[in-house]
Amino acid sequence: MGIQTPNGFNLDNSGKRIVVDPVTRIEGHMRVEVNVDADNVIRNAVSTGTMWRGIEVILKNRDPRDAWAFTERICGVCTGTHALTSVRAVENALGITIPENANSIRNLMQLALQVHDHVVHFYHLHALDWVDVVSALSADPRATSTLAQSISSWPLSSPGYFKDLQTRLKKFVESGQLGPFKNGYWGSKAYRLPPEANLMAVAHYLEALDFQKEIVKIHTIFGGKNPHPNWLVGGVPCPINVDGTGAVGAINMERLNLISSIIDRIMEFNEMVYLPDVAAIGSFYKDWLYGGGISGQNVLAYGDVPEHANDYSAKNLKLPRGAIINGNLSEVLPVDHANPDEIQEFVVHSWYKYPDETKGLHPWDGITEPNYELGPNAKGTKTAIEQLDEGGKYSWIKAPRWKGHAMEVGPLARWVVGYAQNKAEFKDPVDKFLKDLDLPMSALFSTLGRTAARALESVWAGRQMRYFQDKLVANIKAGDSSTANVDKWKPESWPKEAKGFGFTEAPRGALAHWIKIKETKIDNYQCVVPTTWNGSPRDPQGNIGAFEASLMNTPMVNPEQPLEILRTIHSFDPCLACSTHVMSPDGQELAKVKVR
Amino acid sequence: MGTATETFYSVIRRQGITRRSFHKFCSLTATSLGLGPLAASRIANALETKPRVPVIWMHGLECTCCSESFIRSAHPLVKDAVLSMISLDYDDTIMAAAGHQAEAILEETRAKHKGQYILAVEGNPPLNEGGMFCIDGGKPFVEKLKMMAEDAMAIIAWGACASWGCVQAAKPNPTQATPIDKVITNKPIIKVPGCPPIAEVMTGVVTFITTFGKLPELDRQGRPKMFYSQRIHDKCYRRPHFDAGQFVEEWDDEAARKGYCLYKMGCKGPTTYNACSTVRWNGGVSFPIQSGHGCIGCSEDGFWDKGSFYDRLTNIKQFGIEKNADQIGMAAAGAVGAAVAAHAAVTAVKRLASKREDAGHNS
Repeated sequence: MGIQTPNGFNLDNSGKRIVVDPVTRIEGHMRVEVNVDADNVIRNAVSTGTMWRGIEVILKNRDPRDAWAFTERICGVCTGTHALTSVRAVENALGITIPENANSIRNLMQLALQVHDHVVHFYHLHALDWVDVVSALSADPRATSTLAQSISSWPLSSPGYFKDLQTRLKKFVESGQLGPFKNGYWGSKAYRLPPEANLMAVAHYLEALDFQKEIVKIHTIFGGKNPHPNWLVGGVPCPINVDGTGAVGAINMERLNLISSIIDRIMEFNEMVYLPDVAAIGSFYKDWLYGGGISGQNVLAYGDVPEHANDYSAKNLKLPRGAIINGNLSEVLPVDHANPDEIQEFVVHSWYKYPDETKGLHPWDGITEPNYELGPNAKGTKTAIEQLDEGGKYSWIKAPRWKGHAMEVGPLARWVVGYAQNKAEFKDPVDKFLKDLDLPMSALFSTLGRTAARALESVWAGRQMRYFQDKLVANIKAGDSSTANVDKWKPESWPKEAKGFGFTEAPRGALAHWIKIKETKIDNYQCVVPTTWNGSPRDPQGNIGAFEASLMNTPMVNPEQPLEILRTIHSFDPCLACSTHVMSPDGQELAKVKVR
Repeated sequence: MGTATETFYSVIRRQGITRRSFHKFCSLTATSLGLGPLAASRIANALETKPRVPVIWMHGLECTCCSESFIRSAHPLVKDAVLSMISLDYDDTIMAAAGHQAEAILEETRAKHKGQYILAVEGNPPLNEGGMFCIDGGKPFVEKLKMMAEDAMAIIAWGACASWGCVQAAKPNPTQATPIDKVITNKPIIKVPGCPPIAEVMTGVVTFITTFGKLPELDRQGRPKMFYSQRIHDKCYRRPHFDAGQFVEEWDDEAARKGYCLYKMGCKGPTTYNACSTVRWNGGVSFPIQSGHGCIGCSEDGFWDKGSFYDRLTNIKQFGIEKNADQIGMAAAGAVGAAVAAHAAVTAVKRLASKREDAGHNS
């Protein structure tokens, strides 16, 4: 017995149900339940966001110029990208333009975030799904050195270096206190790397841990701290002063040099460590091409990184913008955030209430009224869930749809859109990566492809940082040191009512905020975030979201050790705090409903 | 090469801690936990024979900025903290295991390290909807929190969420997000506020405990005095501009480019207790005021609900102005915003007055 979904999956929940809760190495709280058949192949998948914070109701009646700080706290991992989305939404609503320097600085911050997030995601959240730490103990350091030197000219690659590392690792493991590596799935047949590759990867896990703290210093220079740097409606808060009185406390030559040196190191690490590692690890997993889900059918990208300030049209955005439907790569469709018929959210399987749950709502008119109840076939109780009922409500995540379609967002979506648009800077690296591994184009639509797209994007982002750093310096040299536009800073200058939207590409995918302003205060604020798209539950038509689709038909080596589930879910870089922040336009009423 | 594992005791002895101090620490811990003298020797024995202190790091409603901050630590490098100083046995964000293999670690830690592990909490429990706004292992997070708190040696509240509630607890707090000291009342809780706390402050608190063999001295609000007993304003490098009455009036104006004081742009430095202006951020690179934006007061209780970040300080009720800088503290009671304004004005007037005097002398 099975249920055929409109987006092409056959769901069969007759087999054994496996529950993974908590899903770790993600941001936030998440639960996955799958049914496996007699051969341990996944035949039904249920993904659930298990937390909810209500940031948007908290935003109601506040100063729109403060919204960036609240929405930034939606996520401390992709810190800053919500803030950027928010200041863009407010600027869009109030018709505020920003100076060219502010655009370059914002791009540098956003790109630094992309690189930081991708590096930390791959090495610290994802690598342990591919790399067996304990196996590294039996590696021959000399052979590891030979391997490392064959794939890259990264200097930390001598036999002695790997031997010292292995000794430290041995001592650590022998202490019996494995810390974060405790109870991992070490020794599982799902791991495929030889010990030497494992040792190399563990070395890079530690090197990346040291390096990532350097990347974020770009945020510290422009925004004062990381996580949660400061942003500003109308530009950026950091003034530029290269040689006048007080230059030592502003963006000056020393600061520009520090940024430049970090960019150099970013480009070096991406090109000599990150991308070669993904290719090397991928070469051992190239016949494990599961996890594609809907990536080969429906993908969505909003685009980001404007070349010039204040122009958010597709042609001015360096990250691609558009939608692909039903796998038709020959047609990239335009996306309109203001069109009420395009982006809509549904709640029939989410823990919220709508007046009519067969219909979706555009974010400007969004309603979020919590309604926590389990479906009739759930097992356990409301506060001790044993098994969810996906036929009823089962997630704190809503189901966003684009023209009715479940969409995948994220690095792979961006790169597929760029590829389909025949943009050389996206198409060529993809073709080269696949060719080097001797894989067909179809292999891109997989867990491995998603992981590869992220690495390719990190390389791309590093080069773009160099571009915008040079652009910033050239603009200052040409005599422009303006960083903020204060013409409409004062609320007295605003119209009585206004509405707007802002969008970005967060590391994990398309992100947009919609705002309504009334009498200088926030009247309604809605965010639709990447993990809401990817982690969406089923919709009224029965379409499954990207996470659920990606798990389908994957064979598991041992369902008691859910490595394959983690591997594919992690490939999306899930952010559950992001996806489950959503709140109603009428917060007061909601709070009343929930007080018991 | 020695293969014997270093115990907690040998690590702290290596740091120069005497055996006597070590035992004082053990009795202090036992006393602070309300245990008898026998417990002190049991703790001592455990620490002498048990290696690195186990740390359980749990996540409630939060955004993970505290974990992200922690991994930015430059001294010590977080790699060294995790591999050599503590045993981070459970942390949802970075641990290899998931599901029941992860849950098993919690049970094992309670059984094997009863009263000996540090519970680090990032985020807070929501109490509305039976706690099911934060579900962990099918159950309300608050249950897991209470269970692990029961057998912890001490609890660290990381960041503003665990310490005060932070953004999800801002009005109208729809999930009834609750600071952890409101649900755990029988254990010592060290609050390390900030959104997030500074990385080196975080590792500083952890390594203080292992290095000096005692819990840090706390203020009345439960914060380590070493990092939270002075305001940003007290040590701000722009303070001379405040005293001189030199203020940024508008974003990106000439005064902003010269690095004048951001008080008129809404800076909350005068009412915020934290180490930003001394330790600074991300390896000492900068801090918010240095980058040109005012302090938003992210380490203070309820900072989200004190008006816009761009309002000049008003309505900050728990603030006491310094007593000896200017003779205005008494008059300012209950009207702190006015007091700070007066403080600024008075110093500016003094400056002008002294200028005039100078001018007088010259003429």
